Amino acid sequence: MSELVKGLIAIGAGICMGFGAIGPAIGEGNAVGKALEGMARQPEVTSTLRTNMILGCAITESTGIYSLVIALLLLFVF
Amino acid sequence: MEGIGNGPRILLEFSLFGLDVKITQTVLSSFVVMVVLLILSWRLGKGLQKRPTRRQVLVEKGVSILYNLVEDTMGKHNSHFTPFIGALFCSSVLGSLISMFGGVLRSATADLSTTLTWALIVTVMVWYHNIKRNGFFGWLKGFSEPVAVMTPMNIMSEIAQPISMSFRHFGNIAGGSVLTTMIYGALAAGSSLLLSWIPNEIVSSIPILQVGIPAFLSIYFDLFTGFIQALVFCMLTMVYVGAACPPPEETAA
Repeated sequence: MSELVKGLIAIGAGICMGFGAIGPAIGEGNAVGKALEGMARQPEVTSTLRTNMILGCAITESTGIYSLVIALLLLFVF
Repeated sequence: MEGIGNGPRILLEFSLFGLDVKITQTVLSSFVVMVVLLILSWRLGKGLQKRPTRRQVLVEKGVSILYNLVEDTMGKHNSHFTPFIGALFCSSVLGSLISMFGGVLRSATADLSTTLTWALIVTVMVWYHNIKRNGFFGWLKGFSEPVAVMTPMNIMSEIAQPISMSFRHFGNIAGGSVLTTMIYGALAAGSSLLLSWIPNEIVSSIPILQVGIPAFLSIYFDLFTGFIQALVFCMLTMVYVGAACPPPEETAA
């Protein structure tokens, strides 16, 4: 495990987490934006919109979490 | 950096009838969660009167919320799944929160073996109901549903379901605990740096930064994420099992 490999692993973890964060961020931004529009248009369905928005965001979050798990594995296992 | 990322430590090792049993932190916190839930449900469940006390009204409200959630998601005919969903939800929330109470207690869900076991239980339930409803070959035929070329895709998505459910829950909680530990260490260094100019040895070792901030962090990571992940896990369980058991009149037709 030479120093070079350690450095490359660190770069790999950084890139993995960096690119893994772009997708969910855009997706959740859209989801929350649309949910807020819906709430503004129809305030009476705010509660159901909110729960579905949170659920949708949590599920879109999962791809970001996969890249987090891989980055953690890279950092702490190798 | 090495000590932060490792998984649950093995606390106790002994051999039972020739098998060597390893009690890890996850097993310990799972048992603690089980005992707490048992005691809680026993105490809250006994002594129900016609004119409910304040405690009983609260418990009835929680149970009715659970029943409404299951009936909305899975349909009225599936409301017999509610105890399972409730047990899954409570053990997941308490499993994530347990790490806030004790040093040795690591959150039970911050370990892939817990969440993967739950996901496999759900998958077996889905397969069981599928096979019971339209037979073993009906279930197999179900894989090449719209057209035969889709079969590998369907098999892939069948495998990906438990993996994605378990990894999502595990990744959130484990990632949260790793980040909290890392920031805790950084705060320790920060506070000792801040107080290093005090000549007195005792005063300069008081971790002033460590008092407030980690509590706020663990509120987000343990409380909010744990609750949301338990909700997501239960919602997906309900959707998958609900899809496997459609309303009776539909199958009769």
